[in-house]
Amino acid sequence: MSELLGLTVAEAAARISAGEIPGAEYTEAWREAAAGDELNAYLWRADDRTSGTPPNGEDSGTFGGGDGPLAGVPVAVKDIFCAEGIPTTAGSRILEGYRPPYTATAVRRLHDAGAGVLGKTNMDEFAMGSSNENSAYGPVLNPWDRGRVPGGSSGGSAAAVAAGLAPCAIGTDTGGSIRQPASLCGIVGLKPTYGAISRYGMIAFASSLDQCGPLTRDVTDAALLLSALQGHDPCDSTSVGIEGGIAAPSREDLSGLRFAVPSELARDGIEPGVRAVFEATLETIERLGGELSEASLPHTEHGISAYYVLAPAEASTNLARYDGVRYGMRAEAGELVEMYEGTRAEGFGDEVKRRIMLGTYALSSGYYDAYYGRAQRVRTKIAADFAAAFSEFDFVVTPTSPSVAFNLGEKTDDPLAMYLNDFFTVPMSLAGLPAISIPAGLAEPEGGGPRLPVGFQIAAPAFGEQTLLEAAFALEREIGFDARPGKDGDG
Amino acid sequence: MAGELSGILDHVDRIAALDLDDVPPTSHVVDLKNVLRPDEPRPSWPRETMLDAAPDPAEGAFRAPSPAAETEV
Amino acid sequence: MAELEPVIGLEIHVQLSTRTKMFCGCELSFGDEPNVHTCPVCLAHPGVLPVPNERAIRYALQIAVALECEVAPRSIFHRKNYFYPDNPKAYQISQYDVPLATGGRLGDVRIHRVHLEEDAAKTIHVGESGRIHGSAASLVDFNRAGTPLVEIVTEPDLRGAAEAAEWAKLLRTTVRQLGVSDVNMEEGSLRVDANVSVRPAGSDELGVKTELKNMNSFRFLERGVEAELARQRELTDAGEPVVQETLHFHPGDGTLTALRSKEEAHDYRYLPEPDLVPLAPTEAMLSDARESLPELPAARIARYETELKVSSESAALLAADPGAAAYFEQVLEEPGGADAQTVANWVTGELTAALRQAREKDGVDEPSLDPGSLATVIELVRTKAISHGSAKQLLPTLVLEGGDPVEVVEREGLTQISDSSELEGIVDAALEANPEAAEQVRSGNGKAIGAIVGAVMKKTKGRADGGEVNRLIKERLS
Repeated sequence: MSELLGLTVAEAAARISAGEIPGAEYTEAWREAAAGDELNAYLWRADDRTSGTPPNGEDSGTFGGGDGPLAGVPVAVKDIFCAEGIPTTAGSRILEGYRPPYTATAVRRLHDAGAGVLGKTNMDEFAMGSSNENSAYGPVLNPWDRGRVPGGSSGGSAAAVAAGLAPCAIGTDTGGSIRQPASLCGIVGLKPTYGAISRYGMIAFASSLDQCGPLTRDVTDAALLLSALQGHDPCDSTSVGIEGGIAAPSREDLSGLRFAVPSELARDGIEPGVRAVFEATLETIERLGGELSEASLPHTEHGISAYYVLAPAEASTNLARYDGVRYGMRAEAGELVEMYEGTRAEGFGDEVKRRIMLGTYALSSGYYDAYYGRAQRVRTKIAADFAAAFSEFDFVVTPTSPSVAFNLGEKTDDPLAMYLNDFFTVPMSLAGLPAISIPAGLAEPEGGGPRLPVGFQIAAPAFGEQTLLEAAFALEREIGFDARPGKDGDG
Repeated sequence: MAGELSGILDHVDRIAALDLDDVPPTSHVVDLKNVLRPDEPRPSWPRETMLDAAPDPAEGAFRAPSPAAETEV
Repeated sequence: MAELEPVIGLEIHVQLSTRTKMFCGCELSFGDEPNVHTCPVCLAHPGVLPVPNERAIRYALQIAVALECEVAPRSIFHRKNYFYPDNPKAYQISQYDVPLATGGRLGDVRIHRVHLEEDAAKTIHVGESGRIHGSAASLVDFNRAGTPLVEIVTEPDLRGAAEAAEWAKLLRTTVRQLGVSDVNMEEGSLRVDANVSVRPAGSDELGVKTELKNMNSFRFLERGVEAELARQRELTDAGEPVVQETLHFHPGDGTLTALRSKEEAHDYRYLPEPDLVPLAPTEAMLSDARESLPELPAARIARYETELKVSSESAALLAADPGAAAYFEQVLEEPGGADAQTVANWVTGELTAALRQAREKDGVDEPSLDPGSLATVIELVRTKAISHGSAKQLLPTLVLEGGDPVEVVEREGLTQISDSSELEGIVDAALEANPEAAEQVRSGNGKAIGAIVGAVMKKTKGRADGGEVNRLIKERLS
């Protein structure tokens, strides 16, 4: 049984497809593993029934059956994805008890590939957060140290994969919400190019930034999931898919590839342990034949400022539909405005309220140009910075997060400090570019203590996922990260 | 909350200093145009399914409290 | 007191007659049970996304081109944010500062802009009075939510209530001819709001305007604007300011009341719609729109007047009814020597009357009288084979049953009496039977001839040529 759990998804899928392992047995092993969740990673787990009614009556195959490339593979799905008939909360009280009448395209594509939904994972409410402490259903604990956060907003998905509660997961990334928790939990997290994967059925936080992506044990698994998930969707007019699809990466070295390190990294705020792992990884790149250079991406410094105008602004309109009229929670009141206010005051947590207020302010008459308008222009500049870098280089590399996993409650009183966790991940989101985080080593946290995972981020030009995965694959092999969280949480 | 918000706004205000006069805003990251759907009907969802999710379904409709009377002049 | 002139602009919403909604595949509803045409998208469930209806874009382009607008090479959608139960996303997808088209003209009125948006749901307020005031709850029906709308905004070029109503009718005919909407004000597929202000005659500046809503017929539109103009004139004459506000028209008594809500004027916090990519009408899309344009009323009137020498009154009547205009043109193609004006008179006169009678009395909507047959009838009258009166009798039969007019004339014995001796005989008999009338005519009272003519017509069952009868009587009496 534990042998089954030790297989990567690619290995398992190959054996299932060769008839060596029954898909149902593999699925069952994972159901049992998921049932041992002590990290609050899951908000809902599938039982013996099928993973949910197929979309709008069509039969997309039963759980564990079918013969697609992911046949028999159960996937942990962030609770931001709608799956028909399955409770979907987006980590919020306002959707407590809500069961969508339809299924997200990303989930349907997993079904079509033969996979099933293992469970819905915990997350920061409406994807707003970097620590999974903003969930209305309690925080998720980091399997490496249960006193620490797993990162967010896809904290549940990351913790589940890292702790052996799921073979793989999908999450969403708006400003770093796949990459940062992947970094803090020592796993692989990929945010594809904006438009690679359909957003239909993915509860919207910031429409021009949100993207679905895989969280997996290794780069090969990430490629396998991406291959199934990507594609143009007629239900999402911003989706294009990745031309040519995705093949399993196989690159052996990095010769001929040029890597740019932004000069803006010479800033304060990166933990010494993180910086050390980063530099060691740069050496590894050189050892593999990659060329390193410094490049200036001057406007990336302003990424956080622009992001924390744009994302809340879009969120403020995306979350306006939660008004208690057609679904979800409603606070009883005899009058309409009272009902709206009561519902949203009770249903939303503090961080969500904070961002709705920020966003509403940024869009209000007289302030639009100063905030939203300017942030849109900063965005153009950041995209131009990357375009300039990619005219000379193949990749831009940074640490994924300025720190390793921090303690629960450490940053909850200082939203700005929390936002700065996203410093390295936000610029790629603003530019719509693909980026992956792979575990590159362990480091001691600033305050001392057992060592914790450090992620290394690689960003590529738009729709450059294949080359990105190839480079990540070669680097991952050379790094040979094989640490696992222990039972009592010390690597 | 107010203190937190103004702290965030102070940080955000850093972009106020940038020279962005000739820079066009990015309203769409994907370079697409005219993505349309043919005018072909697709079956609607059964009413019961949709009303099932409603906090206060009534008479085949979604019921909500009315707004306070608007003053007539 | 300086004389004040009205300054009126119209804001029109046209519901497009596509098969499905603007952003989802639900069918449009026509008086169906509530909430049977909904889906996660138009109910704004979490995670859904809009995808624009291709035909709606096409129809909107046709309207823009028909109104001679400049179509923007690139336009985008915006979110217009406000909370109300009939607005499921709490934002309406519309267009803001980069609309589909700007700067056109229809008749004497300039068009400011044309843009696309989606309709709201329908709210029924249930409570004691059933009206919005004092109701207990609202029931929302989302069948209509998401219906494609085109909004047309004019410049404030109208100068009177009647003119505004007339122009609105012209707009309606024009849009109806495009086949893109039912444009029925009573049913709500055409909605017209008016922006009204007054200013000293000859001034260039605009006064404070009020917005008038809820006028759901052309008559109410005229009445509402008239009432508001009178109110503003009174205020201005008394030296009081006009306050910018929205006024609600009450069809029951034709009055207007201001609705002042408790909150400030709405800040819609417009932002570009991130879920929709820009529209960039291609050359193919534009030429499709241009080619699909039928000859529109204004152009048709001009053509009838100049080329066919039809009177402006007849031209206007025909242009206002595209079916009649088409019929008229088909009749002109048939063999016959009648000029266009004569044909126009027949179509707008006797034919229209016969069709109305057939519809109202006999419930017949589809006339069996084809243009060739009407051409034959007209020719028969022109060549005096039958009298005008006989033709009038003939039409209803032809409309209801069809058939060859010549045969029906034979069958019904409607041939004009061309045998002069027969006619003379009848005239003489009529003169004998009406000696007082005859005497009056002899002494110069021309009108008295009517009684004698009437007697002859009665005897001949209308088959005599009226002109000939008159001539014979005068000849006899002179």
